[in-house]
Amino acid sequence: MKLLGEKGVQRILLATAFSAICGLLLIALFIFMEGLPFIFKIGIRQFLLSSDGDPANGKFGIYPMVVSSIWVTLGAMLVGAPLGVAGAIFLTEFVPKPVMRVVKPTIELLAGIPSVVYGFIGVMVLAPFIRAHFGGAGLSLLAASIILGIMILPTVISISTDAIGAVPNSFREGSLALGATRWQTVHMVVLKAARSGIIASIILGMGRAIGETMAVIMVAGNAVKIPHSPLDSVRTLTANIALEMGYATGMHRQALFATGVVLFVVIMILNSLAASVMKKRVVRK
Amino acid sequence: MKRQIGSWVVACLLVLSVSGCGRSKTSITMAGSTAFQPFAEKLAELYMSSHPDVNITVQGGGSAVGVQTALSGAAQIGMADLVELPPEAQPLAKAVVANDGIALVVNPANPVSDLSTEQIRDIFNGKTRNWKEVGGPDHEITVVSREAGSGTRSSFEQIIKEITLTRDSIVQDSNGTIRETVANDANAIGYLSHGLLNERIKAIDVGGRPCTVDEIVKGNYSLVRPIYLLTKGEPQGDVKAFIDYVLSPDGQQVIKTSGLIPAK
Repeated sequence: MKLLGEKGVQRILLATAFSAICGLLLIALFIFMEGLPFIFKIGIRQFLLSSDGDPANGKFGIYPMVVSSIWVTLGAMLVGAPLGVAGAIFLTEFVPKPVMRVVKPTIELLAGIPSVVYGFIGVMVLAPFIRAHFGGAGLSLLAASIILGIMILPTVISISTDAIGAVPNSFREGSLALGATRWQTVHMVVLKAARSGIIASIILGMGRAIGETMAVIMVAGNAVKIPHSPLDSVRTLTANIALEMGYATGMHRQALFATGVVLFVVIMILNSLAASVMKKRVVRK
Repeated sequence: MKRQIGSWVVACLLVLSVSGCGRSKTSITMAGSTAFQPFAEKLAELYMSSHPDVNITVQGGGSAVGVQTALSGAAQIGMADLVELPPEAQPLAKAVVANDGIALVVNPANPVSDLSTEQIRDIFNGKTRNWKEVGGPDHEITVVSREAGSGTRSSFEQIIKEITLTRDSIVQDSNGTIRETVANDANAIGYLSHGLLNERIKAIDVGGRPCTVDEIVKGNYSLVRPIYLLTKGEPQGDVKAFIDYVLSPDGQQVIKTSGLIPAK
């Protein structure tokens, strides 16, 4: 008996395939519908560039959060990008294949650890360490950057290793044959050839760092102010939404959706940047 | 976000519990004040053990959530710990089930053990920035506060008066995380529900009065706020039965032994 014909199955698969896209579209539509009217009403400059943030009294400037988000993300890149790229180079160029086959999945396992666990470790280990050795409250921009830097490692390492692994062996052989050392080969030939993939991995890691919420709430201290030092407590855009969503009403709620719009746009830009950088590499080959 | 996930889980559980079994079980959802949440959970547990046909779910979220969910009907009972209820809570029926002191807490390593209301105000306003100005060691003060929707915070600010919280303040979103932060930071000062004090943090005297049940009952300790259970319209049926239980000698005894001050 034939419960589902060829056509039926095809339709079901089509519907499931589109459900994901529909989900994305609905989310985008919803956020923009709730957030955009607010942005137009307040004015984008008043919203993004005003540090007058007192939602209870009708002031919705998110400038301190924007600055904090940027610093936290940059900090995370400073920690995560060099470590990640160095790790990827080591894994692809200096480690025998069988070892890499064990180590790489282990690193990717890091991506599966829930962010609360990172946050918990940050609160219990990292924050007291920073407090004892550098001063300040411990819950700080620095703590958030380090935790996020570790969290983006799997993204950076796995995409970078793929990019470096995709460099044809003939490049390396040619370089070695010309008398270059192994390290010269790596940084003058292999890294140049894999550059676009590595950049893409860093941009994607950046997207993850900007969007991370739970771990940041736990370790960043959440003070609404423009940080003056890495030891200052900060509140990022995502943390602000999560902390205030529970009780926000009316304009305040719309302001949070507008914050969501800002994040959405930033992450969209980062992702398309990463995609276009990746595409370039394919074209060149 | 986690709260929304929480309410989704609750919604799913509700659907399951309604559709799953033939015998219909009454569900009561309580939401709001994180200061009262652990006590509500305890009371709900005791009540459910003697009334197996009733299912009570207790959620946190803060007092503002308590008022909102009671108004919207998302929770049958809203919990709020506020000195003054906001104007939008006017139409709700309210019952004071307990009183709760707000303890000013520091790390046990901190030698400071008494602050006046003015000193507290200056610390939270960011005017006093170093512990040595109030008789402590030469360390910068880490102010730890709750988020703006918290009942503990608004009660605290209403009683101390004229507080514009310093921008350097660390913000935590529950009584429990305040306790963790203060327990982990030798220079921190925060405030939380008296019922949640433990040995990892030190409650300091306010204007010479220690934060103890005795002083609160006598009315000497100034940082006290009532805990309200809010319902949309007069409570009825199982909701009424549960609130009556909380107000009964048994329920009040539970509240007392858990560290809160009974309303009666």
